Amino acid sequence: MESPKTAWAALASPRYLISSWPWRSYAYLFTSIPAGALGICVLVGLAAVSAVLSPILIGVLMLTAFPLIGAAIGWSERWRAGLMLVDGISSPHAKLPRGLTLRQRLAFRRREQASMRALGYSFVLGVFLWLVGGAFAGMSATILLTTLAAPIIADNDELGMGPWTLDSAWEGLIFLVLFGPVFYVVSSYLLGVIAGAEASLAKAMLGPRQEELQRNLAELRRSRLDLVDAFETERARIERHLHDGVQQRLVGLTMTLGLAELDLPDGEGRRLVVKAHSEAEAALADLRAAVRGIHPRVLVDHGLEAAVREVADRMPLPVTVQLSTTRLPPPIEAAAYFVVSEALANVAKHAQATKCEVAGWVDRDRLVITIQDDGIGGARLGAGTGLTGLVTRLDALGGTLDVDSPPGGPTRLRMECPCRLGD
Amino acid sequence: MPTGRLSRRLSIVLAEDSLLLREGLASILDRAGHDVRDSVGDADTLLAVVRKDPPDLVITDVRMPPGHSDEGLRAAAAIRAELPAIGILVLSQYVADAYLSSLLETTTGGIGYLLKDRVGHVTEFLESLDRVADGGTVVDPEVVRQLLARRRNDGPLAALTPRELEVLALMAEGRVNASIAEQLVVSEAAVRKHVGNIFAKLRLEEGLDRRVSAVLTYLRG
Repeated sequence: MESPKTAWAALASPRYLISSWPWRSYAYLFTSIPAGALGICVLVGLAAVSAVLSPILIGVLMLTAFPLIGAAIGWSERWRAGLMLVDGISSPHAKLPRGLTLRQRLAFRRREQASMRALGYSFVLGVFLWLVGGAFAGMSATILLTTLAAPIIADNDELGMGPWTLDSAWEGLIFLVLFGPVFYVVSSYLLGVIAGAEASLAKAMLGPRQEELQRNLAELRRSRLDLVDAFETERARIERHLHDGVQQRLVGLTMTLGLAELDLPDGEGRRLVVKAHSEAEAALADLRAAVRGIHPRVLVDHGLEAAVREVADRMPLPVTVQLSTTRLPPPIEAAAYFVVSEALANVAKHAQATKCEVAGWVDRDRLVITIQDDGIGGARLGAGTGLTGLVTRLDALGGTLDVDSPPGGPTRLRMECPCRLGD
Repeated sequence: MPTGRLSRRLSIVLAEDSLLLREGLASILDRAGHDVRDSVGDADTLLAVVRKDPPDLVITDVRMPPGHSDEGLRAAAAIRAELPAIGILVLSQYVADAYLSSLLETTTGGIGYLLKDRVGHVTEFLESLDRVADGGTVVDPEVVRQLLARRRNDGPLAALTPRELEVLALMAEGRVNASIAEQLVVSEAAVRKHVGNIFAKLRLEEGLDRRVSAVLTYLRG
C-alpha cells in the first residue's frame, strides 16, 4: 500500500494509529511553539521599535521591511510543513530577475503578494496557531505520559485522574489498560486533525496561487526558449562565418585558378591547375550543402514555404508541397524547416516510397505540418533518428511531433507548434 | 585569350561586398577588355551609381550590406523596373530558386543568375556576360538541374515531352542550338524541331523573343 502524502489521507487510512503520523502531528504542533513565539516576538518587537522611531524616517522604513520578515517566516514554515505534507509546499515567489542589486532584490520580494500572504500567516501563527496547537499537544502528551506512568505514580502517591483517584499500583495498572488505549485513539485523531488543519492553512497561505503556478511555468518556458534562441543565434553566427570567410576565399581561389588556366600552356602544369580548380569547386559544393544544413539562407530571406520547396526539389522522389503560412518567428520557422527536411531525408533513405506530400497550415494559433509518404512504414521517434533532437526543440517552443507509421505503411508525421513564442 | 574574342566592350558596374571577390572579378573583366566603371560594396551605392549614369551591365551579389540578406537582388529588381535596358547578372552562393523567381517576376530577359563558382570558368563566364548584355537569359546549370528535378504536374510545361524539357533546360542555361545538339548528341535540325514544338506548345506569339519567353516560362514554371 502506498504511504499517505498528507495528514488527511493518513487519517483516512486504517493503519493511522500504528503509523508515524500521530507522532508527526506531535512534532508539528510542538515545533509550532518556538516558531510562533519567536515569530511574534520579532514582529511585535519590530513594530514597537518602529512605532518609537516613527517620528524619524527610519521607523517608517522599518515598517516596510515587515513583508520581508513575513517571507522569511514563510520560508521556514514551508520547510516545517514538510512534517505533515510529504511533498512539501512549493515556493510562491517569482524567480528574481538577473542583475539586480541586493536592495533591488529585497524591494522585489517586498512587493510580492506572496510576501504579504506569508506575513499574514506569520501573524496567525504568532497570535493563535502556536497557542492552540501547543496547548492541545502539551495537554495530550502530559495525559498520555501520566497514564503510562500511572502504576508507578499511584504506587508512591495518590494520583487524581479526572473523576478517578488512584492510590495503588493495581489501580494505576487497571487505569492504564482501560483508559490508555482509548485516550491514545481519541487524542491521536484529535491531534492529527489539528495538525492537518494547520498544515492545510499553511499550504493555502504559503503555497503558490494558480496565477503564480502559471507564472512559474511561463518562466520555465522562457528559459527554455532562451536556450533555443541562443542555439539559433549560434547557428546564424557559424553560417555567417562560413559564408563571409571560407566560402569567399574558396570562390577567390577558383577565380585565380581559372585565370591561371588561361595563362598556362597545355601540359602537365595546366592539367594540375585544372584538377585543383575542380577540387576547389567540389569543396565549394560541399560547403554549400553544409551551410544549408546549419542555417538555410532561403529560410531567413524567403520564409518557410520557399525553404521547404528547396528541400523538396533536392529530393530524389517527387514531393508535393502545400504550405499556406505567413512569416513566423525565426525559431519556429527553423524548427519546422528542420523537421520537414529531416523527415524528407528519412523518407528518401528508409521508406522506399514513390511519392511524398508535405502540407502545412495555420489552425487558429497553431502551425500544423504533416509529411506523408507511401512507403513501407515502421518508422518511430527514438534513439538514432535525427528527429529526436527536433522533438526537444519543439517541446521548448510548446510544440509536438507525432509519428504514425504502422508496419507496411504509410508513414505520417504531424508537427504542431504555437505560432507565437512564449504562449 | 578572352580578349581575342571580345564581342564588344561593355561598361559594367560591379556590386560585391567582399573586397577579395570584387578585386578578382574586376581583374577578370579587365583582362577581358571590359570597362569596370564602378565597383561598389553595398546596394544603396549600387542604385545611386546606376541611376546617375546607366551602364550596359550590372553584376551584383545577392547578399549585401547593410542587412546581409537579399539586398543585391532587390536592387537588381529596382534597376530592372527603372532601367529595363540594363543587363543584370546576379551572382549567388546558393542554388536557391526562390531568389531567381523574385528576379524573374519583373523581367523579360537580359538577366543572368549564376553561382559564384562559375566565375572561375573564365571563358564561359564571359560568354554568359555577353549573352545577358544582348538581352538573353542565363541560368546556372545547377539551378536548372534542380528545377528540372521538380516534377511538374500542372502549368504550361505539363504538355512538354521529357526530351523537350531537356532542350528547354539547356536553353535556360543560355545555350544556342548548336551547343544543345552537341550536349544531347543529336543533329541541330532535331534541336530546331524540338524548339519549334516547345514554342507551339507554350503558345508563344511571333515577334517576341520567343527563346527568352520560353525560358522564362520554364523558370517560372
